[in-house]
Amino acid sequence: MGTVRLCPGAQPPPRIVVHNLSVSYGSVLALSKVSLQLKQGIICGLVGMNGSGKSTLFKALMGFARPSTGTICINGQSVAQAQRHQMVAYVPQAESVDWDFPLSVADVVMMGRYGSMGLLRIPRSCDYEAVRHSLERVELWPLRHRQIGELSGGQRKRAFLARALAQGASILLLDEPFNGVDVRTERLMAHLFRAFRYEQRTLLISTHDMGHITGFCDQVVLINKTVLAYGETSEVFTQENLALTFGGSVLDRSPSPYDQTNG
Amino acid sequence: MMDIVTWLTEPFQHVFMVKALLVSSVVGGVCALLSCFMTLKGWALMGDAVSHAVLPGVVIAYALGLPFALGAFVFGVGSVAIIGLIKQSTRVKEDTAIGLVFTGFFALGLVLVSKVRSSVDLSHILFGNVLGIPPQDLQQTIVIAVLVLLVLLVFRRDLILFCFDPTHAQSIGISTGFLHYLLLSSLSLAAVAGLQTVGIILVVAMLVTPGATAYLLTDSFLTMGWLAVASGVFSSVVGTYVSYWSDASPAGCIVLVQTLLFVAAMVLAPKHGLLGRKTIRPFSR
Ligand SMILES: Nc1ncnc2c1ncn2[C@@H]1O[C@H](COP(=O)(O)OP(=O)(O)O)[C@@H](O)[C@H]1O
Ligand SMILES: [Mg+2]
Repeated sequence: MGTVRLCPGAQPPPRIVVHNLSVSYGSVLALSKVSLQLKQGIICGLVGMNGSGKSTLFKALMGFARPSTGTICINGQSVAQAQRHQMVAYVPQAESVDWDFPLSVADVVMMGRYGSMGLLRIPRSCDYEAVRHSLERVELWPLRHRQIGELSGGQRKRAFLARALAQGASILLLDEPFNGVDVRTERLMAHLFRAFRYEQRTLLISTHDMGHITGFCDQVVLINKTVLAYGETSEVFTQENLALTFGGSVLDRSPSPYDQTNG
Repeated sequence: MMDIVTWLTEPFQHVFMVKALLVSSVVGGVCALLSCFMTLKGWALMGDAVSHAVLPGVVIAYALGLPFALGAFVFGVGSVAIIGLIKQSTRVKEDTAIGLVFTGFFALGLVLVSKVRSSVDLSHILFGNVLGIPPQDLQQTIVIAVLVLLVLLVFRRDLILFCFDPTHAQSIGISTGFLHYLLLSSLSLAAVAGLQTVGIILVVAMLVTPGATAYLLTDSFLTMGWLAVASGVFSSVVGTYVSYWSDASPAGCIVLVQTLLFVAAMVLAPKHGLLGRKTIRPFSR
């Protein structure tokens, strides 16, 4: 196991500290020696080819992928503690749920509140408030009684974003939130993410859309199994670094060197 | 034609019938509630496996004079642990592992029944004995049923979350391992309670059919739970009556009523039934 490192105290910045993180699936090394820090109130873009380990980084941050080395510290706490205190919300790349499940959109969003409810998970008025507020922010309030499978792809993505919102977490980990959404949802999300930053939340977003990176990401992390470059977008998001991340083809400005499909 | 009042009241003159109605409806209701989770989690096959795997546990418990629930619990949970172990440590797929383990356990149970001299009557275990259930078994069965009912009611929201999206449960700090074993333990206990009523062979019907019926009728979990329990209790009562008047196997009658209810739902359900869908189809084309 990795070196035992004392987590720094609970002072606000930096929110997420990843130190020397390596993750492998059996013999496949997915991440190697990743170190990065995310401050409060920023949007950080995570960019890399398919298979470069973006989803693995999210899973490691959520404790779903066991690190072979390294430490992760969230708000000065371990991953499990941070989860128990509802500090992190996670929206996976693809929801692997049963869409025929007898739950309404509002029921699903209410599940974001369970962690902060009592043992019996009986919703209080503040929980109903949070659900309503979240649904309104993603513009799904009118569809709250729909069975969850009766939503379009973009609406489903918004419903799960609403659940993450309802959780009230200050750190949002969003794995390819823009994947396969319509233009309206894309605009709405981009708008929301800026609002989250204004609310001093910390966002880590993986995306294949370079427009988003330059549009609203304060920082960017370029990865391919390991961190190739990371820092302020203006400094890091250069042609040279992109070429490093995706191979040489970006330099000659071909329209879309990176793959838009699921990674 | 027999008058309906006689049809309904005469069985109550016999203590064994009162007991049978009580046990079958309590067990039918509790198993039905559990069946909602089983169908939604996709654990029907697991239910089948666990209900068969408890046999050696029941036989050993009887032989040692322990509560049969204890034996059933140990072997039920144990069988699932072994299934998990085989799946993880070999290349054998899960359904194969399930088929392997439950037949192995069941075979062990059969050998034990034939070798261990005890008061266990194999046919009672296989086909249920709701009409002749001994007093101490009756008590145990009711206690088990009430216990499972309480667990399901208290943890229903967590269990729904666990069935729907375990990843999210973990990410908000809820232990899915705990919920997994909670549901599994409830399954083992419900299986042994159901075993008393309809026997090992048919208990899986009690753990699957009412949930499947209710699933076709609604898109709300709360309604689904109520419908499942209602259909479970209704089937138990009607099945027991029919078996009294026709002198047919009670287990067979109970499960047959459940199956008929499912068929009715399959055909008639407003939204997810065959007829319901047909009426919508021309408009959606
Ligand atoms: N469950 C898994 N088992 C084995 N290998 C995996 C698993 N998940 C991902 N990988 C491998 O790990 C690497 C990183 O995958 P992933 O984190 O999903 O990349 P990305 O999200 O950037 O597309 C890939 O090579 C992938 O094949
Ligand atoms: Mg990915």
